Amino acid sequence: MAQVLHGRGPVTATANKSRKKRPFLLDLYSTAVGKKYAMAITGIGLMGFVLFHMIGNLKMYFGAADLDHYAEFLKKLLYPLAPKGAVLWILRGGLIAMAFIHIHAAVSLTRLNRTARPVRYQSERDYQVANFASRSMRWTGVTVFLFLVWHLLDLTFGVTNTVGADGEFIRANVYDNVVRSLDRWPVAAFYILANIALGIHLFHGAWSLFQSMGWNNPRFNKWRQAFATGFATVVVVGNVSFPIAVLAGVVGG
Amino acid sequence: MSNHLKDITLKIWRQSGPNDGGHFETYKVDEISDEASFLEMLDYLNERLINEGNEAIVFDHDCREGICGTCSLMINGQAHGPERATATCQLHMRKFKSGDSITIEPWRAKAFPIVKDLMVDRSAFDRIIESGGFITSPTGGAPDANLIPIPKPVADAAMDSAECIGCGACVAACPNGAANLFTSAKIAHLNLLPQGQAERYKRVEAMVETMDEYFGSCTNHGECEAACPKEISIDVIALANADYRKAKVKNRKQLARN
Repeated sequence: MAQVLHGRGPVTATANKSRKKRPFLLDLYSTAVGKKYAMAITGIGLMGFVLFHMIGNLKMYFGAADLDHYAEFLKKLLYPLAPKGAVLWILRGGLIAMAFIHIHAAVSLTRLNRTARPVRYQSERDYQVANFASRSMRWTGVTVFLFLVWHLLDLTFGVTNTVGADGEFIRANVYDNVVRSLDRWPVAAFYILANIALGIHLFHGAWSLFQSMGWNNPRFNKWRQAFATGFATVVVVGNVSFPIAVLAGVVGG
Repeated sequence: MSNHLKDITLKIWRQSGPNDGGHFETYKVDEISDEASFLEMLDYLNERLINEGNEAIVFDHDCREGICGTCSLMINGQAHGPERATATCQLHMRKFKSGDSITIEPWRAKAFPIVKDLMVDRSAFDRIIESGGFITSPTGGAPDANLIPIPKPVADAAMDSAECIGCGACVAACPNGAANLFTSAKIAHLNLLPQGQAERYKRVEAMVETMDEYFGSCTNHGECEAACPKEISIDVIALANADYRKAKVKNRKQLARN
């Protein structure tokens, strides 16, 4: 009755099959576990970015001069050892590469997972521990990415900013640009929603990376979810405070 | 005194063969003892179907003691049904109420094709086990017991992983159809013990890469751990991930020597 579905080869010693020779990182990346490593490592890098981005933006509470000076400082990282903007561009290059790898791995793993269950359950699943965050990673990720595109158009290129419409977007006037953008309540609402999506993404991602990296130890296991919750909270509270502060007139009032 | 459950409605997946589309069929069980196991309830139904001249419902079962890993069944959307740390065969009707409606589906994964009705072919697990190969151990006269000392916590951790009965509930419960819990339990059980050290890194590389050919990938939902009748922790997945990373480096170095 049970048909032979896969050819049964002889039982052999381990790892006799010689795999296609590839550079080490590509070889690692070719497997699902390797891709999860890529997601975790790039995730850590991007987490570092969102944290420092939020901390840097707190400067707006000290006023226009402080925030604009901070933006200038970023351009002058390691200056005069390195030319102006060089270090910033290296960091940007790293971020773009990490975002690309993170998204590429996510897309290819999602496709793998879809093919792993071509016929879905025909009755309703009753999930026990999978939570909203873990089940919505793809959607919160897409939301954050779309927000990122908008965010760059808004505050880096000025295309969707009100000052952009006037035709005189001055990128160095960071404080004014932020205030004029977030003073529009639909924009502020979008910022808040996108940051909540980011928080949900981090709530699962910042825990999940420990498992993917193989960081599991009875000494700190119980702190892993607490870390993820705390990290997500700090980033979201910091980021969401900016549009609220602008609308309330605390910043730029 | 045993009680009886009345009016159980069963919605059971019927599929005549691997290439059939399949559909749900509804059956009524008017009365059943709450001491009956879930599989005994199906036996009871099957006997009736046979007496009525209908084809019995095909499902996997063997030891009915919760140790062989043959029984499966997605019961009301949960692998092995609503009771924690319990295989389907150890689930009893006392967990249900009179008038309940119970939906039964087979495991669903590309690597687990349906043979008939509720029975699936889980031989993809055998491919993973085979790729793990053997351990090197001295042969000849029977060695003395406890010849190799193993610290108690290590032996316990290895035993926890070795509890895996290979039922496939982890794959069935995983939203991604991943087999990381099964594979990692098998990896952890040998990799933790001194006897498993000689082939440790070869084994993890071969098993993880064989797993890749059949199954999805882990996104750390934790559904597998919740469904596992042996309550194997997803800690073993982290251990296998760490060993896989080390293996890729070590095996590469060793192969470079040849």
